[in-house]
Amino acid sequence: MIEETTLMNLYYGVLCALFLTVLMAIIRIVKGPTAPDRVVGLDTVNTIVIVGMVLFGFITVQWIIIDVAIVYAFLSYISTLFIAKYLEGGKI
Amino acid sequence: MLGLVFDILIYLCLIIGVFFNLLAGVGLLRFPDVYTRLHAGTKCTTFGSIFLIGSVILFGLRYWMLSGTIDNSQSILAIHAGIALAAILLTNPTGAHAIARAAHRSGVKPYGAVVDMLEKPDKPEKTKKKSSVRRKKNVEKQPINATLEVE
Repeated sequence: MIEETTLMNLYYGVLCALFLTVLMAIIRIVKGPTAPDRVVGLDTVNTIVIVGMVLFGFITVQWIIIDVAIVYAFLSYISTLFIAKYLEGGKI
Repeated sequence: MLGLVFDILIYLCLIIGVFFNLLAGVGLLRFPDVYTRLHAGTKCTTFGSIFLIGSVILFGLRYWMLSGTIDNSQSILAIHAGIALAAILLTNPTGAHAIARAAHRSGVKPYGAVVDMLEKPDKPEKTKKKSSVRRKKNVEKQPINATLEVE
């Protein structure tokens, strides 16, 4: 059996790795030559923020953060569809 | 014994999830093109998040099964994390599809592509070719009629 403190420290390390991924995606958002590149970076940041919310709610034993993550997933999906529709040139 | 199996599974899920999420970041930085970046940034993130949230679900299941006390809080954790995972699995590929279609219609070409088979203005060109062929036939017919008239 793992002691709980070592497992919690492991989850903090996982959150740091997710933060590194978010940093790389933000570099892509700043650099990206075209607009779809920036949208791809934004989509990646959204997904990783959802996973980070679930892990953070699990670490701090506040499970309402997981419910917030569910709502955030659907809102980020709607925003992604909205930006894609705008790039496509159709009527919104 | 069952606790040890759960712990090994949790470690494996964490390692796989972190590895694929970092791969997603590296792919976003290194790929040359919108479509390949989309491939890296969406698929790898979905796969990694499956395993990261799966580790949380396994943790909740372990405490729910092994604690012996009647306490529903760990099962609430597992079920809500599963709903969040289902939301990611539903929304992420659909959003990626929408982004790819928008990128193609806004005129971004794939890196190193020679032929674009999905190009939209194919159909008007075909009709133009047909009309030009008909005009040529008309042009060929006209001199014959003219000669007949002369005779």
